[in-house]
Amino acid sequence: MSGARTRLIALTRKEVRQMLRDRSNLIVGLALPVVLILLFGYGLSFDVTDARIAVVMEDSSAATMNAVAGLAGSDYLSPIWTHSMPEAEALIRAGQADAILRVPAEFTRDLLHGQGHLQLILNGVDSNTAQSIESYATGAIQTALAHISDRQGGPAASASVAIVQRTWFNEAGNSTWFLVPGLIVLVMTLIGAFLTSLLIAREWERGTLESLFVTPARPIEMVLAKLAPYLVIGVIDLTMCLIAAKFVFGVPIRGSLWIIILSSLLYLLVSLALGLVISGVTRNQFAASQMALLASFMPALMLSGFVFDLRNVPVAMQVISNLLPATHFMGLIKTLFMAGDYWPQILRANLTLAAYAVVLVVIATRTLAKKLD
Amino acid sequence: MTAAPVEATALRKSFRDKDLGEITAIDGLSLSVRQGELTALVGPDGAGKTTLMRMFAGLLKPDQGSLHVLGIDVARDPQQVQDRISYMPQRFGLYEDLSVQENLDLYADLHGVPQDQRRDRFARMLEMTDMARFTARPAGKLSGGMKQKLGLACTLVRSPDLLLLDEPSVGVDPLSRRDLWKIVLQLVDDEGLSVIVSTSYMDEAERCAQVHVMHRGRLLATGTPAELREKARGLTFVATPIAGMPARDLQARLIDVPDLVIDAVPQGGNVRFIRRPEADAARLAGLLDGASSASRPEELEDSFMILLREQDQGASPVATDMPPSGAADNGQPVIVVRDLVRKFGDFTAVASTSFQVGRGEIFGLLGPNGAGKTTTFRMLCGLLPATSGQLEVAGRNLRVARAQARARIGYVAQKFALYGNLSVRQNLEFFGGAYGLGGRLLRDRIAQTVRQFDLDPAAQSGLLPAGYKQRLAMATGLLHRPEILFLDEPTSGIDPLARRAFWRRITSLAKGGVTIIVTTHFMEEAEYCDRIAIQDAGEMLAIGTPQQVRELAGDAGARDMNSAFIAIVETARARREAA
Repeated sequence: MSGARTRLIALTRKEVRQMLRDRSNLIVGLALPVVLILLFGYGLSFDVTDARIAVVMEDSSAATMNAVAGLAGSDYLSPIWTHSMPEAEALIRAGQADAILRVPAEFTRDLLHGQGHLQLILNGVDSNTAQSIESYATGAIQTALAHISDRQGGPAASASVAIVQRTWFNEAGNSTWFLVPGLIVLVMTLIGAFLTSLLIAREWERGTLESLFVTPARPIEMVLAKLAPYLVIGVIDLTMCLIAAKFVFGVPIRGSLWIIILSSLLYLLVSLALGLVISGVTRNQFAASQMALLASFMPALMLSGFVFDLRNVPVAMQVISNLLPATHFMGLIKTLFMAGDYWPQILRANLTLAAYAVVLVVIATRTLAKKLD
Repeated sequence: MTAAPVEATALRKSFRDKDLGEITAIDGLSLSVRQGELTALVGPDGAGKTTLMRMFAGLLKPDQGSLHVLGIDVARDPQQVQDRISYMPQRFGLYEDLSVQENLDLYADLHGVPQDQRRDRFARMLEMTDMARFTARPAGKLSGGMKQKLGLACTLVRSPDLLLLDEPSVGVDPLSRRDLWKIVLQLVDDEGLSVIVSTSYMDEAERCAQVHVMHRGRLLATGTPAELREKARGLTFVATPIAGMPARDLQARLIDVPDLVIDAVPQGGNVRFIRRPEADAARLAGLLDGASSASRPEELEDSFMILLREQDQGASPVATDMPPSGAADNGQPVIVVRDLVRKFGDFTAVASTSFQVGRGEIFGLLGPNGAGKTTTFRMLCGLLPATSGQLEVAGRNLRVARAQARARIGYVAQKFALYGNLSVRQNLEFFGGAYGLGGRLLRDRIAQTVRQFDLDPAAQSGLLPAGYKQRLAMATGLLHRPEILFLDEPTSGIDPLARRAFWRRITSLAKGGVTIIVTTHFMEEAEYCDRIAIQDAGEMLAIGTPQQVRELAGDAGARDMNSAFIAIVETARARREAA
C-alpha cells in the first residue's frame, strides 16, 4: 500500500531529523560507546601486574636465590626483599605488600631431600588478586625449581615439579579478551534501551502524540520509524566495537563475522524495542531514562555473565539472569569470539532473541494504541 | 448528503483518579452537529469540552451511549474516523526541532496529500497564516500565537470531512486569535467544511451557526446565537456611575447583591449588568443610588452568565474584607520605572520604558505574546536584573536593594507554583515561613487568610479546582501583607464565575491600599484597572486609563477594549514597518 509507505517514510524522516538535531542524544549514541570501549578495554582488567610480594629470606644459599629469582623476572610480581618475618608482616599491614613468601632457614637442606617447603601468605581482602598472586608465585617458583632440577638431576627435582597448568581459549588468561566481546553487549544495550527510552515519552510530554494519533498513521508504523534511525546508530557502534576488538585489543575472532554481526543486530533490535516499551509505559522522559538504566543496562552489566560467572551465583539469580536477553547474547558472543561457531548455541540464542524482539515490538505497538485513557 | 458529522446519544464518560475517585466528565450528553456548519461547544473550564472532543476524535472510548462521527461508530472503528477528520488538540503537538516546512510536510505525508495538491495548499496556508517568511525556522522558535497558527495549518494540510478545534485560542493574544478565526471562517465559506470548535470566548461562539452550552458534562442549552440570546432579553442594562465614582466601585456594589443582580462588569467607564427577572425595581434603584441606567441589547455572554448562575447559586462573589496594605500612604508613587531596558544578547526584549504606579492603583500590563510583558514583570519583581535604567519598587532601588524590595511584594505566578502534594495549610505555613513569619503571628494570619479566601485548610492543594488553586496562590502571595501584589495572567484557565470572584477580591484589596500589577489576555478585564499599559515588541505603545486608551484607538476603541487593543498594536506595527 503506497499510503503506508509514504507514512512510514515521512515518520522515519521525522525521527532521523529529530535525532540529528538532538546533540545530547547523538553524543550518547556515538561518543559514549567510544568512551566505554576505551574504559573497559584499557581501564578495566582483572589481570594483576606488579603485585608486591615481600620475600623473607631466612635462608640465603645459592639454591634458594635461584629458586626465588624467578619472582624478579616476572611482569606480574615485584618482590620486596626483607630479612625477617615481622618486617614483612608490617609491610602487608601497611598495605605496601600483597603477599609474603617466606623461605625458611632449613629450605636448602630440605630441598636436597626432596621436601622443600615455602610459605606463601596471601592478603585475602581482595580474593581475586590473592588468587592471581598465588598462581603467579607458584608458577614462577616451579619454573625456577624445574630449571634447577634439570641441571642437577636426581630425585629432589622430580618431587619439586608437581603442577602443570594449562588454560584453553584464553591462553594468556588475558581478561581483555574476555571483556571486549561482553562490551559489545553493553554498548548494544545502552544504545538501544537508553536512547529509545526517551522517544515515546518525549512525544507524550510535548503533546505531539495527540496530534499524531488523529492522523492515518498506524501504531506499528510509528514504532518501526522510531527503531530505524537508532538501528543505524547501533550498526555504527557495532562496527566501532568490532574494529576496536580486532585491531586495538587484538582479541581473536574465531567465529564467523557475519554471524556475529547478525546476532548483534538481532540483540540491538531487542534492546531498542525494550527501550520503546519502557518509554511507552512510563510516558515520562525522566522516569523512562532511570528505568532504562535499571532495567537494562545494570542487569546487562551485573547479571548477564559479563563479569561474574553465572554458574557461581545462587539458583534464583540464575533464573533471573536467564530471563535477560543480555544473558543469552553474552554467552553467544563470547563463544563466537573465543571458541568459534557452535551451531546449537547460535540457533538457540538467536531464536530466543528473535522471540524477545517480536514480543517487545508488539508491546511497544500496544503502548501506542491510539487511546488517551 | 451523507450522515451527520456527529450524532451522539446519552454519552457518558468517567475517569478514575486515585485520589479523587470516580470523576464524571461527560454525564448523559446527547447532541447532533449539522453538515457544513460552524458549531461551538462553549462552557467553563472543566465542563467536559476536551473530553467530548477527544471522544469525537476516537481517542477516548465512551463508557455508555452511542457516538457516530461521519456515520461511523467511533468506538468500533476509530481509525476510519481518523482517516477522514482533522483534529487540533488544545496543545497542538508541533515538533519543535523540525522547521515550519518540515512540520507541514510531515502532516501532509501522514494524511497522504498528493504532491500536486500540496503546493497550492501549502502556499494558501502559509499565506493565510502569514508565515511564508518563516518556513525554515524551527517551530520551537516561533511565538505562542505563531505556533498556534502553524498548528492550525498542519491540521488543515488537507480538506477534512470534519474539523475539530479544541480551544484553539486559549492563551493566544487578540491579534493571533483574530487571524486564526479568519482562516477558519474562510475555509468554512470556501470549502463548506463542517467545524466543531470548543471555546470559552463568547465573541467566538457568536460567529457560529449552532452553539452548545456545556457545564459539568451536561448540555445546558443548544441553539443559534440569536435563540440563546433570547434568554437575556429585557434583563440587560448599562449603568453610568455618578461623576467621580470609579466604575469598578459601582460594579462591586452591584455584584455584591446576587438576589437582584445576576452579573455586573465594568466597561468603558460604565457598568454592564444583568438584573434578575424577579428583582424588585425599587430595591434595584436604591442599589444604583443615583447612577443612571439604560437598557442595552442582550449578548450571548449575558445568556451564558445567566445559565451558569442558574447552575451555581452559591458561587456568587461575596464582598470580603481583604487584608489592608502594611504601609501608610505618603503620596509617593510605589513603582517608578525610568528608561528601563532589557536585552538578551542582540535582542531587545524591553526598550526604554518609563511609567509610575501610585499606591492602591490597579495597573494592567497588556500585550500580544512576546511583547515583553513577562520580562517587564520579572524585572519589577526583582527576578531579572535590568540591562539599564532606573527601577524603584516600594521606595527601594531594585538594582541595589533587591532583597529588601522583595520583602514588600507578593508574587502570584502564572502557573500554579505551590506544592501540589501538600495541604492548603502546609503550603500557607511553608510560604509564611519563607517570608519570615512564624509562631502566633503566622497562625493568626493563616486563620484569617483561610476565612477570607474561603479555603479548606485540610484539602490537598494539587487536587483543588482551578479557581480554588488560583485563590490559594493569591492567599499565599498576600500572607506577609505586601504593599504590592504582582499577578501574572491570574485568570487564564479559570471559569467566568471564578473570574468575577477574583476581580471582586482584587478591587477590595486595592481599596485597602494594596497596589496591584496584573497581566492579562482577557481585554475586557482591563476595564477593572485604574490604568493600563499596552506593550508590543518591547515598546510601550499606550498608557493611561482604560477610557484614555480606548480614545487613543479612535473608532475601534469605541466598540470594546479588544478592538482598541488590536487597533493600537496594528497601527504601531505598520508604523514600524514603514520606518
